[in-house]
Order: sequence, then structure tokens, then C-alpha cells
Amino acid sequence: MTPTRSRRLQGALGAILAAAWIAAPAWADVGQIKVSKGRVTVDRKGKELVALVGMPLEAADILRTGADGSVGITMRDNSLLSAGPNSILSLERFEFDATTSDGRFDARLQRGTLAVVSGRIAKKSPQAMTVRTPSALLGVRGTEFVVSVDE
Amino acid sequence: MSDAHRRALVGALIGALSALLAGCAGPKESVVLLPSPTGQDTAVLVTHGSRQVLLNQPYAGARIARLATEAYVTDAKEVQARYGTALAAQPLAPAQFTLFFIENKDELTEESSKIVDGIFAEIARRPVPDVLIIGHTDTVSNDALNDALSRQRAEVVRNAFVARGLAADKVTVIGRGKRELAVPTGDGVPEPRNRRVEILVR
Repeated sequence: MTPTRSRRLQGALGAILAAAWIAAPAWADVGQIKVSKGRVTVDRKGKELVALVGMPLEAADILRTGADGSVGITMRDNSLLSAGPNSILSLERFEFDATTSDGRFDARLQRGTLAVVSGRIAKKSPQAMTVRTPSALLGVRGTEFVVSVDE
Repeated sequence: MSDAHRRALVGALIGALSALLAGCAGPKESVVLLPSPTGQDTAVLVTHGSRQVLLNQPYAGARIARLATEAYVTDAKEVQARYGTALAAQPLAPAQFTLFFIENKDELTEESSKIVDGIFAEIARRPVPDVLIIGHTDTVSNDALNDALSRQRAEVVRNAFVARGLAADKVTVIGRGKRELAVPTGDGVPEPRNRRVEILVR
């Protein structure tokens, strides 16, 4: 390869990488709030945020719904989680490779009600997704289920 | 202590004891497997201490109390009564589309142009849509060209969507070259089904 061609190729690759970088922010998030009714908050790094529809979510976020609240989220692997009133749901761990579907998703319902539709992570590996309750561990083979924790 | 006092005390004790027993036996946590609309394999393995219950039938449930885990069967009505609000908050399932391209070009085939209306209908159904546009090529030409072409195809779709009114910040564009063939082929094989852009509306 001539130096000019090699430089041109590097330039082209650089442009592709730069474009991929620009596209990155949407992928840095673990999911997004799609539905939010009544009082819903997100605990993030010790701060309490009001959960608005469209808000991106991060790993370790804790969602809380009030007595009139409910919330629905779509994760990057297409998992859907939704919680009813008086619920506490933690997104403890979320890792996802969009190319291979390899990943790890651990959520925890401390209180309330939760509906789950599992996504690509659980489809790829039956060991890769769990939901914890205060006393049990749910291994998610797929696909739709509901969980409740009474206080 | 008078008889009346003794009776009252015994009554109170029995009351407290039965409340305690009810508290232990009553369901603290429950899990119910729902029908899988896609027909995909479905099951949840519930582990509580040393006990395990496998839920692998629709409406199979497990009640987890402090002293025991019991399997039970419920139905759609009970699930709706208990979980109706959580289920009503469930986001719309992601919708996937595939558009096909004319060989070596970034132009859609005629049939694929017609699918675009359906994609916009899906986007319009969602209050906060995010749209993933992922370009692919067949195995004709080298990686650098295919990476650029696949991205270019995805960008053509993005630009067309933005021109039609989709907000650019709702779109993520990815070019995957020939890494994920829909139809596996050897190198240098023109294959229309691999020259595609996948669109995921969430």
C-alpha cells in the first residue's frame, strides 16, 4: 500500500470511528424510562431525581414509586421492566455487548410489584439474568413473569 | 388473678399466636410465570435457601414465605388483580424492521421503500422513541469499504427519517459491514438478503 493510500484509509477509518464515537452516548446508558405515572424517583449516587419519561438510566440506579406511582423501562438489550405502586427496584448490574448479546443483568425488587419481559441477555444465556427479592433468587430463562414483595 | 382476667389473658395469647403463625405462613413474596406470546422458551427458576422451584408452565407460581416455598397455580384474573398497575406500565415491545438495498448502492429496493410508513407508525406510537439504525453489507469488497458502505446505508436511512420529521437526537446509527450476515456466505458473494439495514424502534 502506498503511503498516500494508507493515510487516506486511516482518514476514512478515523472518520468512521469518530462517527461511532458521536453515536456512543445513547449506548452508554443501560436503559430509558418509557412510562412514568404518579410519583416516581430515581436514586443515583445518593441523589434523588424525579423520573421523567425519556430519562436515561444508569447501572446502580434505584427506582422508587409512590402510592400512586408506576414506572416502565426499556433496557438496552430490549428487556422490559415495569413496577407498580410502593415499589423499590434496583438495577444492580447491567452489561451488554450489542454485537454478541453477551452480558449480565441483575435487578433487585426490594418491595412492591414488578412485571418483566426478558430480552437478549437472557435469550443468549440462561444464567445471565437474575432478579433478587429479599429472600429469593430468580434465574430468568425467559420471558414474561411477575414478582411481588409484601412488607 | 380472677377467672375473667385469666380468660382475657388466654384469649389475647391465642390471638397473638395465631397472628404470628399467619405472619409466618402468609405469602411474603410471590412469582408467577406468564404465557410467552412469542412462543419462545420460557421458565423461571426460584431459589430460596436450599429449595428450588422451577416455573415452566403459564400461570405456575411460587409463594416464598419465611419457613417454606410452595408451588401454586393461578390465572389471568388473579394476576391482573395483583399486578395490573405494574403490567399497565409496561413499555411497548421493541419493533424490528429490515430494509434491503440495491447492490453496491445506498438505494432502497422498491419493496423496502414501502415498509417505511410502517416504521413511522411504530415511532409515532411511542412518547419517547429511540431508533437504532444498523447497516450491513454482503461479502463483496473488503472490510474498509464494507464498513463505510454499511454506515453510509444506515445514514441514508437516518437522513430520510430525519427529513420526514424524526428528531436526529433520537437516532443511533451503526455500520457493521459484513460482520453479521443474515445469510451466511463465503467471501466475495453478492447476496441481496445481506445488503440490509435493520431498524429497531424502542
